Amino acid sequence: MSCKSCNLERKELSPDVTWKDITEGGTIADAGNAVLIKTGEWRSKRPVWLKDKCKQCLLCFPVCPDSSIPVNSEGNREDFDYDHCKGCGICVKVCPFKAIDFVDEG
Amino acid sequence: MAIRERMSGNEAVAFAMKQINPDVVAAFPITPSTEIPQYFSTYVSNGEVDTEFIAVESEHSAMSACIGAQAAGGRAMTATSANGLALMWECLYIAACSRLPIVMAVVNRTMSGPLNIHNDHSDSMGARDSGWIQLYSENNQEAYDNMLMAHRIAEHPSVMLPVMVCQDGFITSHAVENIELVEDDKVKAFVGEYNPVHYLLNRDNPISMGPLDHFTHTFEHKRQQAQAMMNAKNVILEVAREFEKLTGRKYGFFEEYRTEDAETVIVVLNSTAGTVKYVVDQMRKEGKKVGLIKPRVYRPFPVDEIASALSRFKAIAVMDKADSFNAAGGPLFTDVTSAMYAKSVFGPKVINYIYGLGGRDVRTDDIELVFNNLLKIVETGEVGSVYNYLGVRE
Amino acid sequence: MGKVVEIRWHGRGGQGAKTASLLLADVAFYTGKYIQGFPEYGPERMGAPMTAYNRISDERLTIHSNIYEPDYVVVTDDTLLTSVDVTAGLKEDGAIIINTTKSPEEIRPLLKGYKGKVCTVDAKTISIETLGRYFPNTPMLGAVVKVSQVMDEKEFLEHMEESFRHKFAKKPEVIEGNMKALKRAMQEVKEI
Repeated sequence: MSCKSCNLERKELSPDVTWKDITEGGTIADAGNAVLIKTGEWRSKRPVWLKDKCKQCLLCFPVCPDSSIPVNSEGNREDFDYDHCKGCGICVKVCPFKAIDFVDEG
Repeated sequence: MAIRERMSGNEAVAFAMKQINPDVVAAFPITPSTEIPQYFSTYVSNGEVDTEFIAVESEHSAMSACIGAQAAGGRAMTATSANGLALMWECLYIAACSRLPIVMAVVNRTMSGPLNIHNDHSDSMGARDSGWIQLYSENNQEAYDNMLMAHRIAEHPSVMLPVMVCQDGFITSHAVENIELVEDDKVKAFVGEYNPVHYLLNRDNPISMGPLDHFTHTFEHKRQQAQAMMNAKNVILEVAREFEKLTGRKYGFFEEYRTEDAETVIVVLNSTAGTVKYVVDQMRKEGKKVGLIKPRVYRPFPVDEIASALSRFKAIAVMDKADSFNAAGGPLFTDVTSAMYAKSVFGPKVINYIYGLGGRDVRTDDIELVFNNLLKIVETGEVGSVYNYLGVRE
Repeated sequence: MGKVVEIRWHGRGGQGAKTASLLLADVAFYTGKYIQGFPEYGPERMGAPMTAYNRISDERLTIHSNIYEPDYVVVTDDTLLTSVDVTAGLKEDGAIIINTTKSPEEIRPLLKGYKGKVCTVDAKTISIETLGRYFPNTPMLGAVVKVSQVMDEKEFLEHMEESFRHKFAKKPEVIEGNMKALKRAMQEVKEI
């Protein structure tokens, strides 16, 4: 019985999993599955990337606690991953060029 | 052919650990279990095992190291007593709920205070609801045999729970007695390799362990853990059958001694059961129909089997070497009577004796006194006091 | 059920009464007996009175109580006679064996009216003359076996020699002294 074959990586995340299907001891099979949890719903304020003001200094990317600032293969940041950004605003504080706006959700 | 030897209970356990040759042993010394890691560390320095021996700074660390080692994919073992077991407390629950089949030798000693290094069962009885399987041992032989069976039970895919193997501090841990050992190669074949499905050092299949569970998932995990304890019952018997084929020594949930036509029995754990056997033999010569039930498996508690076995007798004394301080009876008494009630066994009269606390020696006269009281109950039908103390100065 | 021989040892912490009881268990084991050897741990202080026990039997032993009515009592230090009730429960058809320079006649008045056999052996002199140092264990072991007849003397000596060869593999020069100590104690133990 391996994790793959019993498809445990889905089961433990489901809120209606039964005791028969849940993984033993709460073991989470497969790395990197945080991506499956859409924490973007927790956000009350939203960072907005002002592409024109951005100098691509990349000071914002390493401070993001949720890896919600994607960096492409050329080494440039792209727009926010709003599925996972919780709206903490750290990137807003860090940006030396006021290239990230912070607005109310809704 | 089995190897005839003489060893103390602690030596026997350490010898079993040598034959098992686990990946990791993490331990901290505490009387009367100290000799186990002491002997084992000698095996390590002599190169007789290739175990990583971790000399930790406390029992909390010992159990934490075992949890880490077992989670990483290794086979981890330790030994402790009394306050050492208490210091492991939170880790015991984490080991069990994380489904880590660690094996621990518990050399029973009374919990302080008052300060006392001698034997009773207040340490392991306190841990009875921590989710560990508990096996009790009458003598060095049973402690050795239980150690050899422990990994097979713990690591069974339908179980995956840690196991404590308990024996009486000093009374058996420091008593040299005859023992039959199993040859190294046969132990190796019997115990086998540990092949976990999930483990942290598996690069091909990375996992996380011990995540935040909350009310959304904890109850399901506890229910699943409870199922593992139920599943353990069959596994314990299967492993015992296989062990009997290997050694000729038969083990079950409990041992019945001269109970065929018995009217009264004592239910008691560990070394005192041996003394009861001696008294049963003496009293049988006088024609008294007395017998013994000695539970070996206390967690899971064999409710159906014990209730059914006890239904045949007229009067039963359950003896506890630990008090529950519930003003009603010791832990074994509570479990036995609950089992009987739940299975509608209302015939036998059942009384409780708290005995031997803090290592108070249990003499044959003490046991005779209990049997004589039981025989009087059978004769008169009067139970009198249910919750009693044996051997305390009044 | 066969006869179980029960022996109680009285010594002082650090003098080796526990070791002696374990040695006796060992040699009895090698002669095919069922054995128990266990100490009673008290304060575990050097010099504090301590007790150790042996049961030796032809049949399996299950009892795990201390011994209250011993067949034999061994006292490894005669200064204990004034502070410990060494003959408590001792069977009248048994014996007490004491390490002392005194004679059994001199010792008996100290034994609270014990009527059984009183045996003495000067383990100190034997030990110093045969081993060059004060190790009362070996001579006391010889005296116990001689008095109790718990095993065949010849068999006992053979097994002890084998056991010493194993134990002192790295210093074989002491084997002869130990064997001499055993034999001398067996010869010199006096009784009334």
